[in-house]
Amino acid sequence: MADFNTMELMICTAARELEDGACVGVGTGAPCAAAMLAQKTKSPNLTIIFEAGGVAPLVPEMPISVGDSRTTWKACMASSMPDVMETGCRGMLDYTFLGGAEIDMYGNLNSTRIGSDHQKPKVRFPGSGGANDFASFAWRMMVMTPQDSKRFVERCTYVTTPGWINGGDSRAKCGLAVGAGPYKIITNMAVMDFEPESKRMRIVALNHGFGLKDVEENCGFELIKAAKIIENPPPTEQELAILREEVDPYRYVIGR
Amino acid sequence: MDVIEKGVGRIFTDPDADKAREFFRHKSRALVSKLTTVKEAVKELIKDGDYISVGGFGANRVPISVLHEILRQKKKDLGLAGHTATHDFQILSAGKVFNRCDIAYIIGLEARGLSPNARAYMQSGEVEVTEWTNYTMSARYKAAAAGVSFHPIRNMMGTDTFKYSAAAVSECPFTGQKYTLVPALYSDVAVIHAHEADIYGNCRVRGILMSDWDIARSSKKVIITCERLIPNDEIRRDPTMTFIPYYCVDAVCEVPYGSYPGNMYQEYFSDEDHLREWLKVEKDPEAFKKFLDKNIYGVQDHFEYIERNGGIRKMQMLRQKEWLFRGARQ
Repeated sequence: MADFNTMELMICTAARELEDGACVGVGTGAPCAAAMLAQKTKSPNLTIIFEAGGVAPLVPEMPISVGDSRTTWKACMASSMPDVMETGCRGMLDYTFLGGAEIDMYGNLNSTRIGSDHQKPKVRFPGSGGANDFASFAWRMMVMTPQDSKRFVERCTYVTTPGWINGGDSRAKCGLAVGAGPYKIITNMAVMDFEPESKRMRIVALNHGFGLKDVEENCGFELIKAAKIIENPPPTEQELAILREEVDPYRYVIGR
Repeated sequence: MDVIEKGVGRIFTDPDADKAREFFRHKSRALVSKLTTVKEAVKELIKDGDYISVGGFGANRVPISVLHEILRQKKKDLGLAGHTATHDFQILSAGKVFNRCDIAYIIGLEARGLSPNARAYMQSGEVEVTEWTNYTMSARYKAAAAGVSFHPIRNMMGTDTFKYSAAAVSECPFTGQKYTLVPALYSDVAVIHAHEADIYGNCRVRGILMSDWDIARSSKKVIITCERLIPNDEIRRDPTMTFIPYYCVDAVCEVPYGSYPGNMYQEYFSDEDHLREWLKVEKDPEAFKKFLDKNIYGVQDHFEYIERNGGIRKMQMLRQKEWLFRGARQ
C-alpha cells in the first residue's frame, strides 16, 4: 500500500464521490483539492463553482479565497454571488463540502459560536458565510473532518447550517428543499452516511488500520452501523501522484 | 401575509420602500463630475452612526484606501454589513469604528486563518449582532435594489441562523410552500473599488461581481475608488461594459492599486506576506499598535502605505503573480 497522510486519504475518498458531469460548490482548502483531483482523474466534466461567482474555472493552483483570481482562471463565466446561489436554489448544484466546529448526529453544523450569550459569546467563529445557503440548496452535502468526540456531538450547541435538522422528515417540514441534505461524512477513520428513515449518522466504511471501537471512542453520540461495513479503499498511486504533483504541489492543503 | 415564525435579531436599517423612494427622489441624476479625494469623500459622505456596505469580497477588489481613511478620521458608531467580510472587517475592527453588525461571514480571512483582534472585538459584547448568510445578505440588497421591502429565499429555516436573524417565515400565496422573507437592506453608504470609472461615476469591473450590482443600486450614497479613470467617450463607446451607472454614484476617486494588499482581478494578486504579518502582529497589542501607526494612522494616503510596503517593486511582483508568470515569481 502506498504511503499517505490523513489529509491525502480524506481528499482521495471525497474525490471519488464526485461523478463525471456533476456540479460541485467548493470552498478553499481540502474541498477544492478534492474537486480538482476528481477533475484530473475520473471526472473531467466536473463543473466546479465558487460561491463568489467563479463558474467552471480550470483552477491552476490552490485558491486562498473563494473570490480570488484563481477561482475564475480560464473559467466559463465570472458571475456573481446571487447568481451562483440561485443556480443552487433552482436545483442545479449536486454537491457541496462544508465543515464546522461541531457536527451532530443529523449532520447539522455549528460555525458560529460556543457559549450561550449570543451578543457576547465565549468563542466567536466566522458564522454561516455561504454554508447555510449551500447546505440548503445542494442535493448532497458532504463534510471532511477529523474524527473527534469534541467535534462529533449529540446536538450542536448552535445550528448554523442545516443537516437533517431533527431527523425523519423534519428538514422538509421546515420548508427546506425536498430531497436535498447531508450525504457523506468523511473522516480520518471512517466514512458515514445517513440512515434513510431516521436520518441518523451511520457508519458505512472504515479506513485501513481503524476499527469500529476507534470511531465510537471518538464520536460523542451513538452511531448506527450499516449491515455491511466495508474497508474504504486506500488512495491509489495514481491519485496520490496527481494530488501531489498537479493539484497541490506547494502542499498548502496536504501538508497540514 | 401571515408570519409563521420570526427571528429575534434587530433590523439595523429601515426596509420601508416608500421612505427609500422619497430619498432617491431627491438624489441628483445630473451628469456632473464627482471627482474628489478619498479624504474629502470620507469626510463629506460618511457620518458617525451611518450604516456602511463594502463592495468586493473581503480581500478581493476591496476599497482599502477608504477603509484606512475611515480609521484615520476616527469615524464612530457605524453600522456594518459583515457580508463576505475578511480583511475589510479586520481593518474596521482594528479601529473599532462600528458598534452593530449584520453577520454573514466575519473574523476569518478564509484559508489564511482567523483575526485574533477582530475575534476579541466580537467577543467583547461591544458590537450588537444579527445573523444572516452570504446569500441572504445578497437577497436583502436585491430587494432594496428592486425598490421593495423584502425578498423570499429558501434557506435559514430550522436553524439558529434563522433564530438570531431578523427574518420571518411565511407561506407562498400560490403554492403554500414555506419561505424565509428577508428585509431589504438600504445602506447609508456603499464603498466599492472598480477597475475603471469616468468622472461622472460610470463604472466597469472585470471578473466576478459578488453582490456589487445590487449594493451600488440599493445604497443611498456610493463612493467609488478605481484603478484608473477613463474618458466618458470610452464608456459611451461600449456601454455594455458599464455595471454601475453615474446616477448611483456620489464620489469618484482614482486610487491605483486601491485593493492592495487585496487581490485585483487581472491587475495584481494579494500580498500574502503582508496579510500574514497582519494576522501575526495582532497577537501582541504593543506590536499591533505600532503596526497600525506605521501602516494606517501615520500615513497620508494609500500611496504612502504602498511605499512603506515595498512600493512599485512589490506591485510589479504582485502583478506578475496575478498572471502566474512563474519564472518571475518571488
